[in-house]
Amino acid sequence: MEQQNYFQKEIETMPREEMRKLQSEKLVKQVKHVYENVPYYRDLMDKKGVSPDDIQSIDDLHKLPFLTKADLRDAYPYGLLAKPLEDCVRIQSTSGTTGRRVVAFYTQNDIDLWEDCCARAIVAVGGTKKDVCQVAYGYGLFTGGPGLNGGSHKVGCLTLPLSSGNTERQIQFMTDLQATILCCTPSYAAYIGESLKEMGYKPEDIPLKAGIFGAEPWTEEMRRGIEKTLGIKAYDIYGLTETTGPGVSFECSEQTGMHINEDHFYAEIIDPDTGEVLPEGSKGELVFTSLDKEAFPLLRYRTRDICVLSRKPCSCGRTLVKMAKPMGRTDDMLIIRGVNVFPSQIETVLLKEGYEPNYQIVVDRVKNNDTFDVNVEMPAEKFTDKVAEVMAMEKSLAGALKTMLGINPAVHLVPPKSIVRSEGKAVRVIDKRKLI
Amino acid sequence: MAIQQLTVFVQNKKGTVVSVTNILSQNNINLRALSIAETQDFGILRLIVDNAELAESVLKENGYLIKTIDVVGVKIGDAPGKLSAALGVLDKADINVEYLYAFMARTERHAYVVLRVEDNAAAEQVLTDAGFHMITLADVCKL
Repeated sequence: MEQQNYFQKEIETMPREEMRKLQSEKLVKQVKHVYENVPYYRDLMDKKGVSPDDIQSIDDLHKLPFLTKADLRDAYPYGLLAKPLEDCVRIQSTSGTTGRRVVAFYTQNDIDLWEDCCARAIVAVGGTKKDVCQVAYGYGLFTGGPGLNGGSHKVGCLTLPLSSGNTERQIQFMTDLQATILCCTPSYAAYIGESLKEMGYKPEDIPLKAGIFGAEPWTEEMRRGIEKTLGIKAYDIYGLTETTGPGVSFECSEQTGMHINEDHFYAEIIDPDTGEVLPEGSKGELVFTSLDKEAFPLLRYRTRDICVLSRKPCSCGRTLVKMAKPMGRTDDMLIIRGVNVFPSQIETVLLKEGYEPNYQIVVDRVKNNDTFDVNVEMPAEKFTDKVAEVMAMEKSLAGALKTMLGINPAVHLVPPKSIVRSEGKAVRVIDKRKLI
Repeated sequence: MAIQQLTVFVQNKKGTVVSVTNILSQNNINLRALSIAETQDFGILRLIVDNAELAESVLKENGYLIKTIDVVGVKIGDAPGKLSAALGVLDKADINVEYLYAFMARTERHAYVVLRVEDNAAAEQVLTDAGFHMITLADVCKL
């Protein structure tokens, strides 16, 4: 076994019983904090007949009500805030309009614990203060850039805050400043790799040694491809804005699943239909409880990700529970180029723009990049005999969708009734990406 | 004076045009002129037929998205420079031609040009004033 480093060894290798004790203490305190400060959740608890006194340890967690994306929508923007705004120092957000947009609030302590989580991820892939860490996740409302940037600072790496895009500049900084760790989406890593290859770089000429890639689903095959092109080890990272951002869980040298930072985020697997907690090793919906976040502490938040947990001992020495790569969703959410897309958002835009909601989303992955096509049936009253006008309609609709979703689709107007219907119901989504 | 043009919205894929022409032939409708404008995704078929009303109804029955619009037909001599002369007249009158297509008659030494403009009456007026002969649907059917 190679030499293992930890960012917070005591936590990361804590014996199981001690961890449960720590989690129990934090949960009891957290439930009180939420009950006192979040009327929305207090109502849910009251309705379920649960009081903070009923929560004495982590074993009582199952008594608490769930939170879903619908609750986030109902409570937008401040309804789940548990701290006065004057104690908050930051927001992060997902794309989407009011209904789908998640706005998460952070106190300075929340930022610190989030950055600690990201620092653990960086150290787990071999990062030290001697490393040069290039962060090519988007900076801004998206959690990717700020999270890894903060983690990199905590580890003491020289941080290159490149944000996403401008591949030529990425490569220039990477080679001139000898970046050793790259953080970005896996598809962007693959793209950078292809660009380097085209420029004549051999894997051994690329200074990188490791990459931390997340925010979108990717396959084992894609991992091996990136590793080969860039001459690195490629590691997965998981997170969601609702919980905090990247770093909820991270991969270690074993590359067999992601260790959950369960001193902060307690994971359960439930039956998505009944809500019943399933035993370890069962496949079900992943639910997170934030044990010590202050400003936006979601209890039992249903991620809609289908997943499996494992507590099998890991060769890296970490005792933190591991989650498999999510195997799908319990809802219809798609992740395209790292962005969450719901078919209903597309429907909303179509209706607003005067189209019937007869559409089909086609997602594929070409050269490791997601393609995103939206076919829309041409309404009779909009049809014109001029090609330029039809093309302008497509362009304008693509613009409206981009505003809603944050990513640019290719819109194709198609003749009425040309979208395939099975049993009378149109097939809304065709996802050709083979990810699992 | 105007000629009815059928405009059909189709996907740009193999077999699309033939399925339209099959429906027309099954209903004994004769095509006089056809023009296709296409992009990578879609195509717009512009048809002039001897029975526009019947063509529209049978294509609609078969689920096609159709729009019938009026276009201008003009007869020009089958010789170099004749089309230029007609277009020059329109240009001088500041009439923009969205698109056009031409077809030849079997017997006469003439070509016929279909013009899509915003203001049909204005286009007909300036062309007639310049000595061009306008054609009607009846003329087209007789060809």
